[in-house]
Amino acid sequence: MNRPRLAVWKFSSCDGCQLTLLDCEDELLELAHRVDIAYFLEATRAHTEGPYDVSIVEGSITTSDDAERIRRVRAVSGKLVTIGACATAGGIQALRNAADIGDYLSAVYAAPEFISTLDRSTPISDHVDVDFELRGCPIDKGQLLELLSALLVGRRPDIARHSVCLDCKRAGNPCVMVATDTPCLGPVTQTGCGALCPSLDRGCFGCFGPAESVNMAAMVGQLRDRGLDDVGIHRLLNTFNTGAPAFGVES
Amino acid sequence: MATVPGCFVVTPSDLSALFGILDELGYRTLGPTVRDGAIVIGEISGISDLPIGITDEQGPGRYRLRDGVAGAWFGFAVGPQSARAHLSPPERPLLEIRSRGPTLEFVEPEHHTERTALFGIRPCDLAAMEVQDRVLARGPHPDPRYVAARDTTLVVVVNCGVPADTCFCPSTRTGPRARSGFDLSVTEVVDQTDHYFVLEPGSEAGVEIVERLEHRPADRAEVNAALATTEAAVEAISRSLPEQLNGRLLAAADHSRWDEVAARCLSCGNCTMVCPTCFCSDVRDTTDLAGDTATRVQVWDSCFTLGHSHLHGGSVRADTRSRYRQWLTHKLDTWWDQFGQSGCVGCGRCITWCPPGIDLTVEAAAIVGGG
Repeated sequence: MNRPRLAVWKFSSCDGCQLTLLDCEDELLELAHRVDIAYFLEATRAHTEGPYDVSIVEGSITTSDDAERIRRVRAVSGKLVTIGACATAGGIQALRNAADIGDYLSAVYAAPEFISTLDRSTPISDHVDVDFELRGCPIDKGQLLELLSALLVGRRPDIARHSVCLDCKRAGNPCVMVATDTPCLGPVTQTGCGALCPSLDRGCFGCFGPAESVNMAAMVGQLRDRGLDDVGIHRLLNTFNTGAPAFGVES
Repeated sequence: MATVPGCFVVTPSDLSALFGILDELGYRTLGPTVRDGAIVIGEISGISDLPIGITDEQGPGRYRLRDGVAGAWFGFAVGPQSARAHLSPPERPLLEIRSRGPTLEFVEPEHHTERTALFGIRPCDLAAMEVQDRVLARGPHPDPRYVAARDTTLVVVVNCGVPADTCFCPSTRTGPRARSGFDLSVTEVVDQTDHYFVLEPGSEAGVEIVERLEHRPADRAEVNAALATTEAAVEAISRSLPEQLNGRLLAAADHSRWDEVAARCLSCGNCTMVCPTCFCSDVRDTTDLAGDTATRVQVWDSCFTLGHSHLHGGSVRADTRSRYRQWLTHKLDTWWDQFGQSGCVGCGRCITWCPPGIDLTVEAAAIVGGG
């Protein structure tokens, strides 16, 4: 049996989500046995030409070159799945979407005239068809293995879309909003991290983006009741998933 | 003074021997203990694990620990957890299917039901166990794992003297004093001069435990003092649930109040996760990377997820209004049709642990009262 050919691509991103794949230490040998890792520059410079059965895409589109490149990736890929907040929502770099890109360039770079960039950071799905989006900043290793296992046998991945709260209560945590008045985005955030922050007495930062059902007006009221002012609420909602419509406050 | 049959007095120092006795009898003990700013249910091995002298302040969307009556063992109300996690764990494997060449091997994981003493659960939680029994143990399709856990669980119930602001068990007739269903019932009497416990065994196991403890028969005054603590609790409880909601909430399915509550509801599902009678679960099937093992796992689910009502073509209850309505009408109304009783035991957890503090007693009253 020919092994499916896997490619891993990077666009505008920090590489952390690709690193999650390399971090699957116990499963890497099995994965290498099951698939032909044909293109994965973070792991090896050796690569072979497409087409690829499965492409994993990290990062957002922030340059016109990348907008072209993702189309070429799509053209040589069977299934194309995106991983991480950059690829699925535009990432932290989508903060530019609500600002003037010229202001950012002159503030950051000594010679901004050498920088060629788009004025918005956008998710991959804005540019090409995407077969599955895996959320998170970074993605969760268990969810990545579930996605790969599902792709390999051709079934639907079992990735929950409900709030962090369900997994937080399953883990036995008392609610930090109720017990310690800690502002927490758990009620509006998609699960996937295993309620990492509330399990460590911190509020959820929303790394996995909006849950399937978001009542942001009520959530904002709850954050205000727990001591956050408008600036604090804006900052909490505008991080890794600022580009997600339900989270971002582009004003 | 005449003694009261079946009632015994044990001092605090003598009751502290209970943990060793339970251990000798082969039970691990789950009981109240402080963690993460709340009184949770965890493994305990002695009185140093108990929240002695600590009380809780509860309100809609609010829970705080405070100093309570010095030395009191049980001067607090229910925390976020109930017996539910013990009897139906939040996640449990059901089946593994392994590919063995041309054949499939079906393996059901072994269930280790450890003999467990639930120490210090409250009458509402005992009532909740009986509500769940009707669903999971005595229905047409008993859950063998639940039954096995229930059969190996010893219940030491503690009657309530210090209810929370969110409690309403008198109106659901599930507290603050347990009438039956326990192995041992404990009422704490603590005031300026006295501190003792009145024990009432409810089973042979309870009798055996009392016999092993240093004890003496309770006299009438001591039993009256114990009864006075729960009578005071009834007086202290101001919330109540409207009576006889069966048929009445569903009849108001188009009430505008459902829209109002949906505007406040985060749809997070916390109410269903802390509810001691909620029993919904999801079954997840996954395969491993090698593709030769499939695993089926049961996890707690909630009627607040879209997946809960996902049928062919999508979710039947796509908006928060219909999901909240499902939760309230099932819990308080259609539960009667299904199981012959209410699904609510008046513990108030869904009020305290709802971040926006939505109060089902207020919502139910507004809806059936026409308000």
